[in-house]
Amino acid sequence: MSLTSPFAATGRVVLSALATLGRVTIFALQAASHILRPPFYTREFLNALMQIGWFSLPVVGLTALFTGGALALQIYAGGARFNAESVVPSIVAIGMVRELGPVLGGLMVAARVASSIAAEIGTMKVTEQIDALVTLSTDPMKYLVAPRVLAATLAVPVLVAVGDSIGIWGGYLVGVTRLDFNAATYLKNTVDFLEFWDVASGLVKGAVFGFTVAVMGCYHGMRSGRGAQGVGRATKLAVVSASVMILAANYVLTEVFFSA
Amino acid sequence: MIDLQGIEKAFGSNRVLRGVDLSIGTGTSMVIIGGSGTGKSVLLKCILGLVTPDAGSIRLDGRDVANAPRDEFLARFGMLFQGAALFDSLPVWHNVAFRLLRGANRCPKAEAREIAVEKLRRVGLKPEVADLYPAELSGGMQKRVGLARAIAAEPEIIFFDEPTTGLDPIMAGVINELIREIVSEMGATAMTITHDMSSVRAIADHVAMLHDGVIQWTGPIAEMDATPDPYVQQFINGRAEGPIASVR
Repeated sequence: MSLTSPFAATGRVVLSALATLGRVTIFALQAASHILRPPFYTREFLNALMQIGWFSLPVVGLTALFTGGALALQIYAGGARFNAESVVPSIVAIGMVRELGPVLGGLMVAARVASSIAAEIGTMKVTEQIDALVTLSTDPMKYLVAPRVLAATLAVPVLVAVGDSIGIWGGYLVGVTRLDFNAATYLKNTVDFLEFWDVASGLVKGAVFGFTVAVMGCYHGMRSGRGAQGVGRATKLAVVSASVMILAANYVLTEVFFSA
Repeated sequence: MIDLQGIEKAFGSNRVLRGVDLSIGTGTSMVIIGGSGTGKSVLLKCILGLVTPDAGSIRLDGRDVANAPRDEFLARFGMLFQGAALFDSLPVWHNVAFRLLRGANRCPKAEAREIAVEKLRRVGLKPEVADLYPAELSGGMQKRVGLARAIAAEPEIIFFDEPTTGLDPIMAGVINELIREIVSEMGATAMTITHDMSSVRAIADHVAMLHDGVIQWTGPIAEMDATPDPYVQQFINGRAEGPIASVR
């Protein structure tokens, strides 16, 4: 082994990572451009909207409900150390709409949707259905990718909004039933301390996360290797990369939106 | 007329096609034979533009397909895939009428369904099948639906990729007969790739043998059995001994 081997190995890893980043970026730009240009496949879009939006509601709702409740308990316990129990309603609301609603909602959608998109498109690839689409004069980017990416970009902010509401309600339930808050005071404190931008920033995050989830699902599905192992690997990569990118994007967006 | 000149394609260090020259006359049925992994499917995908060749030219009626408008070019083709490649999420009739419901030549839904049912009938399937989903069909029925989809838009050229793979001999015979009948009555140019000799004898007007990335022999089906070409003789008689290396 020569002295330069570690440098060469590091270089190869960096080049490979940059190449992947470049491919994903080009894929995302192509997906975005296909959303804007006809033909539009309305049936596929509405189907994707149902699959991504409607059918993700239970998992996003339950996640938000339990997170809101746990958050109320944690803030109460922490606040009690310096007699600040009264901040529970406002911190639950701000924490849910700014961070936990979009991030946990995004991660749950990543787990549910990125895997399903990657598995579906990957299976279509290995069974030659994507080749069949091309021979039938249909662009797979338009027919498979664009409807899913658009649907996820529109559906996830709605899921985040619903998740925010359920999360705050979870905090309210715990606050009123377990922590002896007055119901009217709890609601008043929630509303008084919540600002428009708190909610709007979470919804913007949701749109970015939805776009990310669908792009990663489609990208890995379209690049799936042969056989069950290839599809399994594509599915795993889709979920892992979508989750990591959601967390990274969340940090960047938080810096942009809220840094002083 | 489909004219292939010097088609080459490599995947990494594996040179699958090493200069394929082949002409397929209009209205004729060409069957390409060769062992598994010899590049038959790759050749077919090169013609359709699903795989880009590294070298060589593909001409359709004298025109280089690389410069032809894509949709106009593909509209002339129908294709039956090895595993039928039906779209799982769509009912059978929608699969068959897929091209009729989209693009420049789209027709009303009711008319497209009517054509789909007629094409299903042509391949021996009842109208009730139209509303089933591909997963509800047997392998033979899926192949028939794939065949109906391939002919739905009345293409000038039809490709068949291993049309009888995975079927029992009786169903394979039925599919072979259907292909022969349909190609004859439509007057279409057909290109079939297979290593099933019963398909070759049922479908072919001309045969080409692909081995080692080149066409080793080509000629009319009537001359196939009598050719002294050792590759063809070994292949059609299924001998282990000969110029084609067999792995045991």
